[in-house]
Amino acid sequence: MDAATAIELRGLTRRYGYRTALDDLTLTVPAGATLVVFGPNGAGKSTLLRILATLLRPHAGTASILGEALPDRAWAVRGRIGLLTHDPLLYGDLSARENLRFHARLHGVPLGRVDELLAEVKLERRADEPVHTYSRGMLQRAAACRAVLHDPEILLLDEPRANLDPGAIALLEPLVGRESGRTRVVTSHDPAGGLAEADLVLGLREGKTAFLAPVAEVDAARVAELYAA
Amino acid sequence: MYSAKLRTLALATVITLTGAFVLAAYYAPIEADQGFSQKIFYVHVPMAIVALGGFVWGGIQGLLYLRTRDPKHDMRSYVAIHMSVILGIGVLVTGGIWARSAWGVWFEWREATLVSFLIVFLLYCTYQPLRFSITDPEKQSRYAAVFAVTAGTFVPLNFIAVRLANPFIHPRVLNNTTGGALPTDMKIPFYLALIGMTLLFVTLSRVEMTHKLTRGRVRGLERRLERLQGESDPAGLPARSAAPQVMA
Amino acid sequence: MTAAGPRPPRTTPTRTAVAALLRKELLLERRVPQVLPAMALFSVVTFVVFRFALDTTSVEGRTASGVLWVTLLFAAMLGAGRLFVADHEEGGIDALLLAPVDRTALLIAKAITFVAFLALVEVVAVPVFVVLLLEPGLSIADVGRLALVLLLADIGIAVIGTLFGALAIQTRARDLILPLMALPLLVPVVIMAAKATAPVLAVTGSGAPGGRYLAVLCLYDLVFGLLAYAVFDFLLDD
Repeated sequence: MDAATAIELRGLTRRYGYRTALDDLTLTVPAGATLVVFGPNGAGKSTLLRILATLLRPHAGTASILGEALPDRAWAVRGRIGLLTHDPLLYGDLSARENLRFHARLHGVPLGRVDELLAEVKLERRADEPVHTYSRGMLQRAAACRAVLHDPEILLLDEPRANLDPGAIALLEPLVGRESGRTRVVTSHDPAGGLAEADLVLGLREGKTAFLAPVAEVDAARVAELYAA
Repeated sequence: MYSAKLRTLALATVITLTGAFVLAAYYAPIEADQGFSQKIFYVHVPMAIVALGGFVWGGIQGLLYLRTRDPKHDMRSYVAIHMSVILGIGVLVTGGIWARSAWGVWFEWREATLVSFLIVFLLYCTYQPLRFSITDPEKQSRYAAVFAVTAGTFVPLNFIAVRLANPFIHPRVLNNTTGGALPTDMKIPFYLALIGMTLLFVTLSRVEMTHKLTRGRVRGLERRLERLQGESDPAGLPARSAAPQVMA
Repeated sequence: MTAAGPRPPRTTPTRTAVAALLRKELLLERRVPQVLPAMALFSVVTFVVFRFALDTTSVEGRTASGVLWVTLLFAAMLGAGRLFVADHEEGGIDALLLAPVDRTALLIAKAITFVAFLALVEVVAVPVFVVLLLEPGLSIADVGRLALVLLLADIGIAVIGTLFGALAIQTRARDLILPLMALPLLVPVVIMAAKATAPVLAVTGSGAPGGRYLAVLCLYDLVFGLLAYAVFDFLLDD
């Protein structure tokens, strides 16, 4: 692989007991590109993200992220990946500022960056209230701050726009959208929206690769087929 | 493919154990203080030693599993602990009978070795529930291995602690400091019984492992067959189990 | 190709990570005091229960030592069950795993937190015990001796509580299974601590705790401390 390859998977497989959650997945994502992953619930999207985030180890095949082989060199890529899922990974009883400061310390990031980010997503006004009082949109904004706090090279996003109003989506764009300039792996259930931001498209069904192609070769109908079957 | 080896092993076990018990009954002298009831010693003590050895062996296999992630070590750890718990019941029952005839009580708290054994036994009783309460088979193996390693370390440490706390009255059978307190005519049946009990442990472990492997393979074949027949979710989920899952 | 991305891998020193985790624990417990008050209240209630269960108004010596240690041990079980709940439910463990941090930092931080919790509970529970139940009362020298035993026992309890708290949190029957595993494992601690405490609480003039009991407590702390350090990673490694 060359330096411009961010993610390279060869025959990646992860089982859950007898069930194969992700089966023989091979793909390459160039640095700076966006891979959008479609698939019904249980297709293996979250498993893929968790493997890429080094939270799950592959059972077969190889995964290389930023040139480092997982799981042996996982420690070398931790801190260079940002993960944003349905689970905000924030303590409900702490405020957004306290949560982010905690993460900043874990990542060795200057605390000043916390305030910058909070201002950027317009959360400063309520930054000192407990996170469990936040609306869905505010929670997702705070979680996005957490995901990009350490300026990761790779972003792993699990339906980042689900249940958000347009205002919140607009605020998130500079952090986690295309314009962030990061390599991104995004899961989505929304064919039109997903294709609009993709360079590469992966369709998963029951852990298997249904299709993997540049966005130009995939249309919304093909994505919809995934869900129809 | 396993049967020939297993049969030899089973035969050796039967011969050794029978020989040991015959020797213990007819050749070994009647102990002066306790009379005939002391003969239970040839069952109780080897059983206890093998059970404790099995617990520690389970810990070693757990450690190997953590290092290699090879499911066969998890299987060995599981079977060793499972067998030792079963033997442990035997140890407590025979110990109770012996204590009853020697001291007139079913359980003797001042008896450090018996107390230690009870604590260890109670600890290992949670091994199965622990495995059962973790659904993901791989996580189950890993967590069980962590438990096995910790508990295996605990076994010797616990004996030190309990012994320190009690003035012991246990008949010391393997007192190495005085060069063996046991007379030779008791020693021979005792060591033979120990070997027999170890063989019994190995045989039973082999039987259980063979059974588990075979069942796992059969299930694997069934699933493959069903997949070939085009069923999308072959055979549904297997029943939740505390035993290691064999993938085939 | 050697170095991968535009940036070299960075790691946060374990000490920094432990400090961050401890700060977070402190914040959480101050913001929503849950575990500490529960443990303290539980201890006091248990003393009252013992008053009636033993049908006695005062205890001394071995009985006093036993009452104290049973109470503290069960209070500790209560705390151990809660130790990882917030992290497990709100994803703090995943967050830690995503950070360039040695995972052992979590063990160290949680064990320190747990020792601190136990110490704080004891600061409340022991005086209450002395006032409510203890017959001879305690001299200053006794307090020092008791504190030493408490500290050594707390370390052992915290190590086991943290390791098995982390283990139990991933199981479906966690509240059931944690005390079942941890109590037998902690029997040696109870034996040593109770033996060491009994002379301190005796009505017939206090005595120093036996040195060998303290030595075994130290050995226990050391062995299980190292063991927990060695195996803790595997509980987080999916």
